[in-house]
Amino acid sequence: MKLHEYQAKQVFADAGIPTPAAELAESVDEVLAAAEDIGYPVAVKAQVQVGGRGKAGGIKLVENDDEAREAAEDILGMDLKGIHVDRVLVEEAVDFTNELYVGVTMDRGEGKPVAMVSTRGGVNIEEVAEEDPDAIVREHVDPAFGMHPYQARKAVYEAGVDRAVANDVASVLRTLYQLWESRDGSDAEINPLMVTADDEVIAADAVMNIDEDALFRQPELAEMEDESAGGDALEQKADEYGFDYVRLDGNVGIIGNGAGLVMTTLDLVDHYGGSPANFLDVGGGAKAERIANALDMVFSDDNVDSVVFNIFGGITRGDEVARGINEALEQFDEIPKPVVVRLAGTNWEEGLEILNEDLVTVEQTLEDAVQRAVEYAEEVEA
Amino acid sequence: MSVLVDDDTRVIVQGITGGEGKFHAEQMIEYGTNVVAGAVPGKGGQEVDGVPVYDTVEGAAREEDADASVIFVPPAFAGDAVFEALDAPIDLAVAITEGIPTQDMAKVNKRLGEVDTRLIGPNCPGIITPGEAKLGILPGNIFSSGNVGLVSRSGTLTYQVVDNLTDRGLGQTTAIGIGGDPIIGTDFVDALELFEADEDTEAVAMCGEIGGEDEEQAAKYIAEHMDTPVAGFIAGRTAPPGKRMGHAGAIVSGSGTGTAESKINALNDAGVPVGDTPEEVADHIEDLL
Repeated sequence: MKLHEYQAKQVFADAGIPTPAAELAESVDEVLAAAEDIGYPVAVKAQVQVGGRGKAGGIKLVENDDEAREAAEDILGMDLKGIHVDRVLVEEAVDFTNELYVGVTMDRGEGKPVAMVSTRGGVNIEEVAEEDPDAIVREHVDPAFGMHPYQARKAVYEAGVDRAVANDVASVLRTLYQLWESRDGSDAEINPLMVTADDEVIAADAVMNIDEDALFRQPELAEMEDESAGGDALEQKADEYGFDYVRLDGNVGIIGNGAGLVMTTLDLVDHYGGSPANFLDVGGGAKAERIANALDMVFSDDNVDSVVFNIFGGITRGDEVARGINEALEQFDEIPKPVVVRLAGTNWEEGLEILNEDLVTVEQTLEDAVQRAVEYAEEVEA
Repeated sequence: MSVLVDDDTRVIVQGITGGEGKFHAEQMIEYGTNVVAGAVPGKGGQEVDGVPVYDTVEGAAREEDADASVIFVPPAFAGDAVFEALDAPIDLAVAITEGIPTQDMAKVNKRLGEVDTRLIGPNCPGIITPGEAKLGILPGNIFSSGNVGLVSRSGTLTYQVVDNLTDRGLGQTTAIGIGGDPIIGTDFVDALELFEADEDTEAVAMCGEIGGEDEEQAAKYIAEHMDTPVAGFIAGRTAPPGKRMGHAGAIVSGSGTGTAESKINALNDAGVPVGDTPEEVADHIEDLL
């Protein structure tokens, strides 16, 4: 789960990391009022979770009411890389002399947290990592002890941060680590961490991504998730149903059980010349209702021309799956899109007996099922 | 022969009184697994299907002389349950639970470096030596005894590949589901080492997926240290960057690390044939034997 910039900044500010004065606004009038409170110049920043907001026209620096009005009118309601902008952050423009980067993430290869510092802030840090890996200093942290103060200092000195601000930057880094740890972060980042002419440091942007699996013990942040909702309508629907779902741009809808097998089904659709419309994992032990919900999801995607349903039952039972498919399809006078079913594993024979073959096409192997679904999709397109 | 588990393995089930724990304990016993105890705090002294339950893993291990523990504990408590198994101590812990917070697993990972216990998982289907023992949720009936080792990050994909192997009469020594999380106890290299050392394993099928660099490291290990031939499969060729594909660990990063292409290339460079379909993995294994 990703926090919005304004939410992450609030979390950082509450922990004592300096952030610019800012107010959230949802209308032109609110933008003007916020700008007056804060004092020009201010930045008007779209609150959507897409990379490269600035380049796409989602961030504007304004000097007066006229410019603020124009920026607010432009940004509020705009479509930024497919996401509707309904909120902006109006923020004090910081006059900086230098831009740094600090971040904390999990190094999965090492199985340990890692803190990072670089003097090359203000640009895409992943590009820096690729071009000049030595420009980013990494300090692994023992998760049992947390980050020792000396580790923060060491990373900051090694990165070559100006001595005048080194202590402050180390302090920000350590606070960031503590936040990352206490809030179950997956990534926490400040880029840029601005340094002003008066040698003050200030977090001009804020990234805080939370481990979805830990939201049960982060109730405050889980509430923010509701606020940060947005994005694809189908992905929201999948959230409500509790499916692992990713939307793609093809026309063969895919439903299966287990992440690896569903990914494999997508790959096979591509391998046989088709184009996958989605990843949908019903999970283990799905009952009939859940199966019907999955079909409903895929049918409501207008791009989908055919559906392949691939179940290899371990704890999922073929008879339950068949009942769910019947249930979902029997409510239609005409089946909206052709459905190919392949059942294997636990109770597959019972499943095939139950399955209403007037409504679906049954195939015995994964490869055959995928090829059939790709053919159906091609027929619809033709 | 087999790796890690056989019909002598004495198994504890942590969470045996819960819905999943009870169901799968029964399935394991039915398969022939030597389930000797359950461990559930507060339920000591009870019995589940004739299996005595203890309050602690340490008590269960001591009283029943157990070697291994399978963990069916909900995610919020599973990190603690894994620690309890590691500290009992026990030789082998198998964590089935999906959804353990990553920071809990980082702490477990640190502890693993200090103890002799091997951890398989979490977020895995478990481990099976066909005809002898299964620790986990794998459907026993699709496996058959033979000389192919299998290691996989995914549950149902394992079943698919096993089905293709068994169909052709290619049985398995042991199948290990190592799990789909970013931080896991036993990785590909660990599993490959075990199969390399096992006399009966004559070929290994390895099913990887997008995310992380475990498969790349496995490729390096295979090239440098393995005589036993390996065939591979990588799921997630069509996965878009930045999207978590079901498994917490199955994600291609924004900067493009963890792609299927990188893994397939690494394996090919190590002389490992990679199937485009699960069926082709069985073809390759047949050729290698």
